[in-house]
Amino acid sequence: MVSHAIPKTYAEALEILKDGTHRVVAGGTDMMVRNRAWAGLPPAFDKPLLFAFNLPELKYVRVDEKAIYIGSMTDLETLLHHEDTPSLLREVIGEMASPAIRYVSTLAGNIVNASPAADSLLALYALDAQIVLESVEGKRVLPIEKMILGPGKTVLDHDEIIAEIRMPKSSFTHTAFRKVGGRRADAITKVGFIGCAVVDDGIIRDLRLIFNAVAPTLVRVKSVEALHIGHAIEDVLDDIETITHHYAEHINPIDDQRSNRAYRKETALELARHFIKTLQ
Amino acid sequence: MQSVKFRLNGNPVTLKTDPTRRFLDVLREDLSHTGPKEGCGEGECGACAVLIDGHITNSCILPLGNVDGRDVMTIEGYRETERYRVLEEAYIAEGAVQCGICIPGMIIASESLLHHNPSPTDDEIRIGLSGNLCRCTGYNMIIRAIKRAAERGKGLW
Repeated sequence: MVSHAIPKTYAEALEILKDGTHRVVAGGTDMMVRNRAWAGLPPAFDKPLLFAFNLPELKYVRVDEKAIYIGSMTDLETLLHHEDTPSLLREVIGEMASPAIRYVSTLAGNIVNASPAADSLLALYALDAQIVLESVEGKRVLPIEKMILGPGKTVLDHDEIIAEIRMPKSSFTHTAFRKVGGRRADAITKVGFIGCAVVDDGIIRDLRLIFNAVAPTLVRVKSVEALHIGHAIEDVLDDIETITHHYAEHINPIDDQRSNRAYRKETALELARHFIKTLQ
Repeated sequence: MQSVKFRLNGNPVTLKTDPTRRFLDVLREDLSHTGPKEGCGEGECGACAVLIDGHITNSCILPLGNVDGRDVMTIEGYRETERYRVLEEAYIAEGAVQCGICIPGMIIASESLLHHNPSPTDDEIRIGLSGNLCRCTGYNMIIRAIKRAAERGKGLW
């Protein structure tokens, strides 16, 4: 029987993953709850686990003139206090969970968990994150929106691990992040939004609108953003109700225990409209 | 089965057991450390909090495998420290303990907070305690206790 693995080095981890028999676990905060058994019994997993959280080679934050490079096992509390963390990502992490969970949470875990309500993913979509996947065969780099297919579904292969998250340096004249949740800490989002824009002399030069908890994956529609880029903010404001129409097929939330379809849809659209109104 | 090695309150521990087990269960059942409690069992209440390399962590959602090579302190070890004595005096003086079930976690959260921020503001204390629920005190006495400990224990953190 194949058993759980606690590799000491990253090279050893890639070697163990080669046969596709193991599932990588980072901090485990989602997996341990999802696979929880009755008190005293170990959680039930479909595959042997590979514990990657303590791999020293995957804990780093580096920057150069172009981008920030985050080792996949860097915890969110470290990112929250790191001077090189993009301010938008820092703002989002500050609203996530609690210190006790942030010390063992990772961006890589959030990506593979692929929750439609993931807060950190709002920032990764907004900042055009690139995900570096690695196996013994080599590396491949994917944009975040190509990485995630649906709830809990990603393109990660059975022999791969997320090695790094990269974000190109970006600057905006306007940013907004809003998480609608039941309480300040430890809340799973009902609906969330990030808006980023560059406005220069009344003209929208860049616009990014990202929503979570309104569809099976996070929603960022570059074709809709492009409709606004290059236009005067006054013209966009005159026509602001059309945003409802533009997102009609993309924002398609569900009813669940945290919220309901109608509230999520109206709130998401209102957050976007409100953000655009702040651009003038 | 691969063994898991770590330090618990300064002492080396080696265990041969399933590394997917919740660290809380290992602490309570295998190692008889019953200071950390199970409250919610999903990381929301902080009753199970322990320090891993000085940082607060919820042991109820921490797999044993992630503890390998780390330095763990529970309330049983922390109570032997000077910092604990300052916090104990402050919690008692401010009436911050009622039924008590959240208190081991609250003390661990207080230590983790003061270790990283020796003179926190009220807001920073509230963020530091944001993962710990208390159903008795309404939190204000606990916040006052941490302020008192930060003042009286100046230089300890």
